[in-house]
Amino acid sequence: MFEHIVNGLVLGGLYALVAMGLTLQYGIARIMNLSFGDTIIAACFLTFVLFSGVALSPILALFILAPVGYVTSLVIYRVIMKPLVDRAPNDGALEVDSILVTFGLLFVIQGILLVIFGGGYTSYSYLNTPVSVFGAVVAGNRLTALVLALVIGGAMIWLLYRTRWGMTLRAVALAPDSAPLFGIDLDRATRTAFAIGGAMAATGGVVVSMFQTFTATAGVVFTMKALIVVILGGKGSVVGAIVAGLLLGLVETLVAAYIDPGLTLAAVYAVFLVILLVRPSGLFGST
Amino acid sequence: MTTANARVARAATGFASCVGAAAFALMAAVAPAAAQDDTITIGYAVSKSGPNAGGADMTVTPNYELWVHEVNSAGGLTLPDGTQRKIEVIEYDDRSSAEEVVRAVERLATQDEVDFILPPWGTGFNLAVAPLMARFGYPHLAGAAVTDKAPDFVERWDTSFWFMGGSADYTGALTEILAKQRDAGTINSQIAMISVAEGFGIDLVSAARPSFEAAGFEIVYDQSFPPQTSDFATIISEASNSGADTFVAFSYPPHTFALTGQAKVAGYSPPVFYLGVGAGFPVYPKIAGGPVDGVMSLGGIDPNNDLNNAYRAKHEEVIGRAPDYWGSVLIYASLEMLGQAIERVGLDRAAVAEELSTGTFETVIGAETRLENNQLRAINWVGQWQDGTFVAVSSDGGDGTQAVQLPKPDWQ
Repeated sequence: MFEHIVNGLVLGGLYALVAMGLTLQYGIARIMNLSFGDTIIAACFLTFVLFSGVALSPILALFILAPVGYVTSLVIYRVIMKPLVDRAPNDGALEVDSILVTFGLLFVIQGILLVIFGGGYTSYSYLNTPVSVFGAVVAGNRLTALVLALVIGGAMIWLLYRTRWGMTLRAVALAPDSAPLFGIDLDRATRTAFAIGGAMAATGGVVVSMFQTFTATAGVVFTMKALIVVILGGKGSVVGAIVAGLLLGLVETLVAAYIDPGLTLAAVYAVFLVILLVRPSGLFGST
Repeated sequence: MTTANARVARAATGFASCVGAAAFALMAAVAPAAAQDDTITIGYAVSKSGPNAGGADMTVTPNYELWVHEVNSAGGLTLPDGTQRKIEVIEYDDRSSAEEVVRAVERLATQDEVDFILPPWGTGFNLAVAPLMARFGYPHLAGAAVTDKAPDFVERWDTSFWFMGGSADYTGALTEILAKQRDAGTINSQIAMISVAEGFGIDLVSAARPSFEAAGFEIVYDQSFPPQTSDFATIISEASNSGADTFVAFSYPPHTFALTGQAKVAGYSPPVFYLGVGAGFPVYPKIAGGPVDGVMSLGGIDPNNDLNNAYRAKHEEVIGRAPDYWGSVLIYASLEMLGQAIERVGLDRAAVAEELSTGTFETVIGAETRLENNQLRAINWVGQWQDGTFVAVSSDGGDGTQAVQLPKPDWQ
């Protein structure tokens, strides 16, 4: 039982890690980024190139790729998203516009990866060493995902709730129309949130690439999973993303262990449905 | 929030259909100009994107490219009338969608009017296009398709040819090896078996169950998992607890790699460790991060077969990477047979089909390759990693196979 709980938390840590970036982009920047998963895959490939090309450890690659993710997302926001934000008459319109644009972006990223790397499976082995967590043996690379999720999540929560800068971000998430009235630079807050989301996607990609086989077209799987976690946890809530991610990881593992591995997906969607019926705005959603 | 979600869903579905249409228009634009008389046009639709792209990119597409490259650099195919014609290729991406592959094959037959059509990747996709190929009179050389129904399909579509055998062939050969090992006392009679809940896994596991049970094995752990599964910690720990000496997984490459990684982490090294697609990829030892001797899977090669070795060297030289140890060589052989049949009887498709059915060919799998009832039967069913090569194995070796080496040594 204990072993399954540890395994579940480790799996959930991965879900939380990939979902946190999306929840920031969706909740604060109000961009529903369908190309989020492809950003993760792009980071996977870059890590692989650094690892197999110049033998750079993925842990070190993290320190290169997270800033790269930040800057790239910042540029994407400036060039592609900003015009949408400026012309959108309301939140709903921006949401639909951003879905359409990022849906296109998804194919652009995918196409570039296909041209460079082809459609084949890519995988490598790193940190696939047994680590004992209170007696339960888990893979070192997967444990890294959980640790990173908790560290980054903790840091984000501290920033959002304990700093003035975090308060401006929360103000923008809560009331984007009124925030400028208090002297908040709306544009700056949203593009920062979007860029942090991009850095987190890159972080997720680096970690995922250590233990998961990826292809150029596998991004949508991550987008879907992250989207479920985001909606379940409540749009824009980092705490929600962590709790919902861990919850889904636990549900999947316990169902696989005690009921049937074939029912893990069904169980995830059952939990999703039940929670949305009880709390339509998600576990930690505000509206 | 809820209305926002509904809006998200509506926009996404609406847009998906637009993109489908746009992709098809784009695809049409990519197609080169109509066939010319001094070339042989060959068309195919394979998955270049989507979930099937990984499999197609390993086993099918490189062999198509290699064969066309080989034929064209030799000056083309020499037809019976003495003219030599190069091959011109029309290629579509089916985006891993069964509707798309059907549409593309229809287009190849009716609009591009190609001389021959090569099959897509995957059992399901081959079955999807089989009726069309038969209707338009194209020989269908189903390469990457494992099906027990091949004898029936041959009756239904007499211009279809099957090159990869059926599930029962693979599981039967495995059972034979396991039964001998059990009788020799190497393994106990319990099996832990998992399978991916999709085409390949379902087919293989339904053939494996009766086969194992008939041989007196007890399947103590028998579970299927969704294709999206990426974490196998729980499954490996349950299989380990089951006490079975034999672990069998009918898995796709991502699962195969993840299972290997997890088994190493958990220190799970049962005497028999048999995995599905992916364990026969040349990159498998690298992905596993160390020697994988003893791991078993489908396929395998005869390391002493010069024809096959020459093919593997050529593949590496032209494509830049080694072919897999299972389907690649079979697919390449099917193309060689098609080429030789065209050289013997010309571009008449019915005559080519007849020649494929009755002729004897010189291919990379043997100097005298011929089909039995339109099916290739000279296939290696069980393989095992031995000294860094994935070789074909049988209980005692011989006839192009090595003797199986069990129990599997511990992970290093």
